[in-house]
Amino acid sequence: MKKGILRGLALISVVAGLYLLLRHQRVSGGQRETEIREQSLAPDFSLPDLTGQQLRLSSYRGKVVLLDFWATWCDPCREEIPRFIELQKKYASQGLQIIGASMDDGPEPVRKFSQRFKMNFPVVMGNAKTGELYGGVLGLPIAFLIGRDGRIRAKHIGPTNISVFEREIVNLLRSGTPSRSPSS
Amino acid sequence: MSLPNKSRHAPFLLLFGTVAFAAAQLALAYQASLIPSSRLISPDELVKILKSGKSESPLMIQVGSHVLYSQAHIPGSEYIGPASSGNGLQALQKRVESLPRNKFIVLYCGCCPWDHCPNVKPADDALHAMGFSNVKVLYIANNFGADWVDKGFPVAKGD
Repeated sequence: MKKGILRGLALISVVAGLYLLLRHQRVSGGQRETEIREQSLAPDFSLPDLTGQQLRLSSYRGKVVLLDFWATWCDPCREEIPRFIELQKKYASQGLQIIGASMDDGPEPVRKFSQRFKMNFPVVMGNAKTGELYGGVLGLPIAFLIGRDGRIRAKHIGPTNISVFEREIVNLLRSGTPSRSPSS
Repeated sequence: MSLPNKSRHAPFLLLFGTVAFAAAQLALAYQASLIPSSRLISPDELVKILKSGKSESPLMIQVGSHVLYSQAHIPGSEYIGPASSGNGLQALQKRVESLPRNKFIVLYCGCCPWDHCPNVKPADDALHAMGFSNVKVLYIANNFGADWVDKGFPVAKGD
């Protein structure tokens, strides 16, 4: 009897473990990775960060920018944040700047989330107008990689494997002119 | 040599804990996936209904993000607030409470991939708990942009 229960629990555990593994792979694999359609200049914007200060995207010209549209209620977005924190830490000195554009309805949950996860990159409060500038942010997460020249180099819709981001960031950091300090 | 009682129970507890954690992950991740397929409606089916003009048009309610709704939504649909929040759910219940219980209602979100949407299932559950018998949830596999806008279906902007 005891052996039977043990066998049953072990089987459930194996099935559950396989499910978790597969789920992680599906989320990490990404829903869609679009080709770079045009090397257009990333639309500039000026948005308030969580302290109320205005952040202008063009002030980061010369850096490689990962612009991430996300929200605290978006499960796949939240999963990406700790990985972005690691990337920011790893490549900041080489010229990477991650910017989070929250699509939450208000800053309060975003502030709490940012503090709780010790986000090490600026977070601005996005809005419908910003979303439209970027072709419509009609689902989350959506991330844009912007080269040192201010041009969009990649767009990722849906959860994306962090190794894809890292590979693209490294390539962008290696190409182009050395970064200059952003005006602030 | 037999182990002391506490040490003997530790492996069972560890195994049970792992299983419980996995089960919780399963429940949370597949919230929207738990909606029975009989309560789903595809974008193609909804567009056919909207264009036909023959049958009664449904009351369409977006139960997700306002920022996303402002950029694009189904023409004629109403924004009520994220159903994953207490306020949003209350607003939804208030909106429909005076309606006949056989009213045709379509709920949708499109914020995230279907498996991760935190809004549609709470909304669907709430309406069923209120006795509504003709509720459909719009199945949006990836997001509203990919599964509705990019397909060329009708879109409205603003509030």
